[in-house]
Amino acid sequence: MNQRLFWDKFFEKVFKGTAWVAVLTLVGIFLMLLINSARAFETISFAEFFSGTAWNPAAYGEATYGIGAMLFSTLLVTIGAMLIAVPLGIGAAAFLSEVASPRTRNILKPAIEMLAAVPSVVIGFLGIVLVAPALAKIFDLPHGLNALNGSILLAIMALPTLISVTEDAIHAVPQHYKEASYALGANRWETLLRVTLPSCTSGILVAIMLGLGRALGETMTVLMATGNATAMPNGFFDSVRTITATVAIEMGEVPFGTPHYFSLFACALVLFLITLLVNIAAERVAAGYRRKGQ
Amino acid sequence: MEKIKIDIQELDLFFDKKQVLKNVSLHIPAGKITAIIGPSGCGKSTLLRSLNRMHDLNPQARLSGKIMLDELNILHGNTNVVHLRRRIGMVFQKPNPFPKSIAENVSYGLKINGLHDKKKLAEAVENSLRAAALWDEVKDDLDKSALDLSGGQQQRLCIARAVAVEPEVILMDEPCSALDPISTAKVEELMLELKKKYTLVIVTHNMQQAQRVSDFTAFMYLGELIEVGETRQIFQKPQHDLTKNYVEGHFG
Repeated sequence: MNQRLFWDKFFEKVFKGTAWVAVLTLVGIFLMLLINSARAFETISFAEFFSGTAWNPAAYGEATYGIGAMLFSTLLVTIGAMLIAVPLGIGAAAFLSEVASPRTRNILKPAIEMLAAVPSVVIGFLGIVLVAPALAKIFDLPHGLNALNGSILLAIMALPTLISVTEDAIHAVPQHYKEASYALGANRWETLLRVTLPSCTSGILVAIMLGLGRALGETMTVLMATGNATAMPNGFFDSVRTITATVAIEMGEVPFGTPHYFSLFACALVLFLITLLVNIAAERVAAGYRRKGQ
Repeated sequence: MEKIKIDIQELDLFFDKKQVLKNVSLHIPAGKITAIIGPSGCGKSTLLRSLNRMHDLNPQARLSGKIMLDELNILHGNTNVVHLRRRIGMVFQKPNPFPKSIAENVSYGLKINGLHDKKKLAEAVENSLRAAALWDEVKDDLDKSALDLSGGQQQRLCIARAVAVEPEVILMDEPCSALDPISTAKVEELMLELKKKYTLVIVTHNMQQAQRVSDFTAFMYLGELIEVGETRQIFQKPQHDLTKNYVEGHFG
């Protein structure tokens, strides 16, 4: 009996420990970023870092550390991706849960989920050999490695999450709402647009924010497909370089302990805070959703 | 003889391979309340939902036979289901208002029918809520969420929502089974009021309710219509032993 009690306690402690590992890791990452970033601001001013648009830390003369252009590029590519992915994702989810026959759904759903398993480097490859030439041809550009290319690829990558979370949300709308709508003479389209989708707005918002988080943090794809120009872009047809790409490219070659080295931590911290905010927002919306669902 | 509003002729219904309705023939008289009673699983809700073709949503359901609404062949493939459901409204077992405001719930059916005139909508909302005996309770809260109403109020709101599109027939599928006795009494009173304008078909488990409100009662058992007649006759002088045993409470 005592032995059973011991093992019961033992596993309670083990599981508690594993749960805390996740929390400690998060705190650890945050502190690591924060401490190293603080070193960056010993030499770089806040004003220069956030408002400057020129990122040229390896210059022979005066090095500049403005993340403005990269921050804008990140947002540009991400927002572009969402503009493409959100309508597509909601449409696909609505089709899957409301229109498709069980057979079609059984083919489409796993296929969409498989899309999430494609490595980002493969998607980036797709961007270089397929999307870039297509964009160059359609819009008559010298090359297609630009923000739009990145947006299209990120949209593809955000779609599986977006579709499957949205579909879950639509699926969770009680059947009796739909029946009431049909019984009043509404057709499938009116029911979807006026009853089903409005009933799961918060679920869809969560899906959008999860997709957004995915797009914001993605590195390899944008690094490969957006042309990597650190200048301030004028629009979707300019080459851009996102914060993630900058850190990935420069971290491997930067001399240890230099302002440049620490400034990359500051870049990462900015990104971390943005994605953290997006996740917290998603979590809050989801919590409200769960409450209402009861 | 009564005028017949809905004429069900030799209706069979299968869910996949299982036969749920067996050769059901029934006349629903106009301007009366017809109650369908019977033990759980006897097919009474299934029969009710055949009348406004709610089984269209279930790809496994197959119907054969004929149901006539006046001159309209309900089950015919060319029948416009949307028009049909405007003529035959439905109130469900569990109150199911949309997660929208009270006013929006009532005006929903009108809006999808293309009515957007704000004044006319407001009038229709008031009239329908009055018809459902709910107006006095909610007139100051029309913009509040329908989900904040009590169960009984929600069910009367669902009735108002069905009435708003001015159907000819209203189907009610155990409309009081989720309600307390006071709310039930209100809904029953409302049914008697509604029958002045509409033909009502109600499915109920509650035999007292059938006796209180209905003019005609149909008793179903295992997918078959056993007996139908004036309510008083069904409960006091049933012709069939099964009916007698059921209304006397020996099973069910």
